[in-house]
Amino acid sequence: MKLKELESCLQQVDTFEEPKILLEQYPTSPHIAACMLYTIHNTFDDIEGKLVADLGCGCGVLSIGAAMLDASMCVGFDVDHDALEIFRRNAEEFDIFNVDLVQCDLCHLQEEKYAKKFDTIIMNPPFGTKHNQGVDMKFLRVALTMANTAVYSLHKTSTRQHIQKKAEDWGVKMEVVAELRYDLPASYKFHKKKSVDIQVDFLRFSQA
Amino acid sequence: MKLLTHNMLTSHVKGVTKGYPLLIKATEVKVNDVDFNPQFVCRMIPKLEWSALVEAADLLGHRQDLPSELVPDYEKNEDFLKKVHRALLEVEVIEGCLQCPESGREFPISRGIPNMLLNEDEV
Repeated sequence: MKLKELESCLQQVDTFEEPKILLEQYPTSPHIAACMLYTIHNTFDDIEGKLVADLGCGCGVLSIGAAMLDASMCVGFDVDHDALEIFRRNAEEFDIFNVDLVQCDLCHLQEEKYAKKFDTIIMNPPFGTKHNQGVDMKFLRVALTMANTAVYSLHKTSTRQHIQKKAEDWGVKMEVVAELRYDLPASYKFHKKKSVDIQVDFLRFSQA
Repeated sequence: MKLLTHNMLTSHVKGVTKGYPLLIKATEVKVNDVDFNPQFVCRMIPKLEWSALVEAADLLGHRQDLPSELVPDYEKNEDFLKKVHRALLEVEVIEGCLQCPESGREFPISRGIPNMLLNEDEV
């Protein structure tokens, strides 16, 4: 599948009807999702035939894209029932059966049963900017315990040094795959501008 | 909820030490076709709690005579791998619940999605 094809498919994926501010429900744009998945697939071969987990999957754009690129199975985890319901409808509309969904709070997850079970973790975690500082690092910590091969994640570029240091503490290798501009449309009332661009790193973590 | 996912789910209600495996109480089960990839199934088998998979498949009426003990040399046994594939990826619980073996707490499954969220006093 070509990158453009993937992106145009992902444009059909429905997203949040009423985004929840406490959960930082910003959608991953079809463009960013397609670029991420295409790179994970083509450069690192971490999707096709793999068991993939999508943490904080929301409405499922990354999972559905992974399923289209022939992941053997992609399991989406999210705390929000409404988002998962949209995800389920999306999967149904695309006739995708190699996805599964779990409603749970990753911050309370006991990881031992998941340890190293997944080949690849993909995620666009909450950036941890509003009321939930540090949540991005919690997601990352959980993802690293679940992954057997690699974790792919988006983080604000401004936090790169902090994450790099944590990665060293945890004994994992971090590489910046790409620097992206994340166009954040004004989703909430407190946003004064129509949209803001924020600098985001597309990171890959693997065992050092 | 597929049984591959069920194989990883645990109840972690406060105070529970052995929240695994969760007992499936299904009121609606569906079987969907998923592409068979023998290499994938082979890679998954060593990671599974085999007995939990067999028990779950049995309970849902899709055991397909899978043995209680894992057979050696399954890598070349395509017939066996197809049965495991079916149990892991094709059988889905649509409605029902998962029950914690220790506390009895039930986690609902609705439209195929298990809800593992805990109440505040259970964390």
